[in-house]
Amino acid sequence: MKNLLEVRDLWVEGGPPGGNYIPIVKGVNFSVKKGEVLALIGESGSGKSTISLSTLGYARPGCRISKGEVLLNGEDVMLLDAQSRRELRGTRVAYVAQSAAASFNPSLRINKQVIEALTIRSLMQENEAIEHVVDLYHRLELPNPQTIGKRYPHQVSGGQLQRLMAAMALSCSPDLLVLDEPTTALDVTTQIEVLKAFKDIIARENTAAIYVTHDLAVVAQVADQIVVLNNGEVVEQGQTDQVINNPKHEYTQTLMSAVRQTPSTAPINEENQGVEGQHLLEVKKISAAYGPHTVLNDVSVIVDKMETVGVIGESGCGKSTLAKVISGIMPPSSGDIILAGSVLDGTYKKRIRENLKKIQYVFQMADVALNPRHTIGTILNRPLKFYHDMTQTQRKQRVEELLELVELPREFADRFPDELSGGQKQRVNLARALAAEPDVILCDEVTSALDTVVAASIIKLLESLQKRLGISYIFISHDLSTVAAFADRIVVLYAGRIVEQGPTSRVLSPPFHPYTKLLLSSVPELRQGWLEDITATEEARSGIAKDVSVSSVGCPFLDRCPMSIKGVCSTQIPPIQMPTGGHEIACHRTIAELN
Amino acid sequence: MITENTTAAHNVQYKKKKLNNLRLTPVAWMSIVIILFWITVALFAPALAPFDKAEMVSFESFKLVEEASFLGTDYLGRDVLSRIIYGARMTLGLALIATLISFTTGIVLGFAAAISSGWIDQILSRIVDAIMAFPSIMLALIIIGGVGTSLPVVILTVALIDATRVFRLSRALALDASVMDYVTVARVRGEGVNWIMLHEILPNTITPLAAEFGVRYTFAILFISSLSFLGLGIQPPGADWGVMVKENLQGLLYGSPAALIPAACIGSMSVAVNLLVDWFLHRSSTTIPEELVG
Repeated sequence: MKNLLEVRDLWVEGGPPGGNYIPIVKGVNFSVKKGEVLALIGESGSGKSTISLSTLGYARPGCRISKGEVLLNGEDVMLLDAQSRRELRGTRVAYVAQSAAASFNPSLRINKQVIEALTIRSLMQENEAIEHVVDLYHRLELPNPQTIGKRYPHQVSGGQLQRLMAAMALSCSPDLLVLDEPTTALDVTTQIEVLKAFKDIIARENTAAIYVTHDLAVVAQVADQIVVLNNGEVVEQGQTDQVINNPKHEYTQTLMSAVRQTPSTAPINEENQGVEGQHLLEVKKISAAYGPHTVLNDVSVIVDKMETVGVIGESGCGKSTLAKVISGIMPPSSGDIILAGSVLDGTYKKRIRENLKKIQYVFQMADVALNPRHTIGTILNRPLKFYHDMTQTQRKQRVEELLELVELPREFADRFPDELSGGQKQRVNLARALAAEPDVILCDEVTSALDTVVAASIIKLLESLQKRLGISYIFISHDLSTVAAFADRIVVLYAGRIVEQGPTSRVLSPPFHPYTKLLLSSVPELRQGWLEDITATEEARSGIAKDVSVSSVGCPFLDRCPMSIKGVCSTQIPPIQMPTGGHEIACHRTIAELN
Repeated sequence: MITENTTAAHNVQYKKKKLNNLRLTPVAWMSIVIILFWITVALFAPALAPFDKAEMVSFESFKLVEEASFLGTDYLGRDVLSRIIYGARMTLGLALIATLISFTTGIVLGFAAAISSGWIDQILSRIVDAIMAFPSIMLALIIIGGVGTSLPVVILTVALIDATRVFRLSRALALDASVMDYVTVARVRGEGVNWIMLHEILPNTITPLAAEFGVRYTFAILFISSLSFLGLGIQPPGADWGVMVKENLQGLLYGSPAALIPAACIGSMSVAVNLLVDWFLHRSSTTIPEELVG
């Protein structure tokens, strides 16, 4: 069969205006046939997005395509003039960006945006176009396909928005679909639903697709061919089963090892178990609300010294709110936070400096947590002066020590945040928290915005810092596998309530609570066919059908639970059962039934 | 992966990038020359002016160019050139003081409103709304008419009216910045409002504020000139460009340029400041993709 897309010896260069251009994509070759999915994988900075954009004849500002051919149906995209290139985009090659939320205009209704490509090219009349996209909504298995397009982007969930984005791309029936990390920002449960919809529609429409991601497990589900990239060069290329099961290149093997392993167990820190007496941090029966909306309901968590407590749950479950309540950013409506025996005030404004120092917060988005106008040195200096009142020479020395602690070179003190990569920024964030010499660090999705290899190195750093400095972490993440490998204890939050908590091994192997089971089974496995297997199970099907909804009566997980008891789960708050010490499960079913 | 970056090469490149950004365009050069020219004139007015601003050099009004007075005489027979030179002092100096006052108060109150939010924000914002509801020239007429005209009153009136605009802008900018995580980090660290304003918010809002300063300064010049033109600003025999336009307006009937010269001076200063601001804004904005330009 003839190739739909052929990329031959593609070189892309990037550089500052007027400065020297540096090659960022170095002589890449690949081809895609109709109905085939090609995956481009690699870390951030490997050039995978740049390559995918070049298939639209587009180079980002500051970049230029310097050499090579991009043949679409035998026609070189690079030789087209600006006008025909513009006609090509959207109609023959369509692009789905990573963040659907950022790609939709929040003040226009969804339909208007989805049919835009059809109407501005006068391919269809407006009502005809709407009919056409409603049909697409059906095929993408979106709920209420007739009416969903009349909503605004903020009125649908993230997974639905990502599928609507796909509908937008598919509206003109393109020959080639470019998907740039379409599921990276989603929860595991949502990821399944989106992956399945993408896979089905690609098969049914018989379009070719380029799937860009850093996640090998996802690739194993959707791709026919894999191209592994490192520093703009192809290191390995081949059929999916061959690359996944029998990776030849060393770099592919590194990527494989950084892939989220199926959550198994981390060795539990048994020493901490029987320690009686005072806990380092105790969160007691906390409830919190944004206006009339309750986001945390009767949550109690205990953190001991040198312990890592993992908090997991999907977005909207109140994980970040819990961290905000502990740090005092959001005062709770009831309940206490007890640090080393003394009750802390609900708001940070009334806490004394000594207590503020002991709890430090590290944010998810490393780049907005660092003031872009200050150098790293200035940023790290401030807590030293503020909490410890060090002299200038002491501070200078301490900044160097801190940078060394987070494995960054000393020269970084003179740099500005925008001169650092995502992983490096996160290290600086961590260094700033360490500068305060805290007892507890709240890590709010600190690795979620990073790709797997960098995330793994950050986790390693956190572990070694814990051993050296004896700090405790509250590690919040939606990524169960990261938490499982790292946390001593796990707290599973659902809709503002704790559904299960206990030592990692007891919570995860085997999982008891239906929600824990759902989370665990939703983590993609590095084998082909996993997606089909998982969507065939009843748990996943009932679990991925609905979004998190907060209710104050009955069990919050009710409408996604495959084993709910009629009349009981909808009316009564589930009792807490304790199969073993320190392990709590909130469910109406007995342990035997759950197991 | 993490540390292998070649720091030295990177730094060189970074400095180059900064220099590129600071390169002056010919238009920017011209603006700077004009502004510096007027500042020099204002500073050395007594040395530069051939006559005193109030001295009558001729018994003839609206005399055209001749050897005694280079730019002719005004309606009282005073030397136009000397009055322009002294007028530069008044016009530029007053506008600068008024703009500085309006910026200090506007920024401080705007930031305070944004950071503290709640009722402080409400009260300040509503007061500003109320002031802005009046056409500015009318408000100035009311205040100066009520209090009586004097230099401090004129300066403070102009500053007050300008400050409302600066308040709006700085509040909006600070609101944008104050929701960033780095501000939250500082708050949770226990920093006070003043420290956050000065160290976290100001550095991230200084570019648009500086640009606004240029625009506001021009407006202040024009505003003082209009007030003087209406007879509420600088009182005779003080020399101000706005006053000079007003005084010499009837000269136009006799073919005298005495009103046009100060008008041209106001124009040159406004244009220069605005072009400089444009250059500054362009420099600090992101580059537009080549594709969209071509």
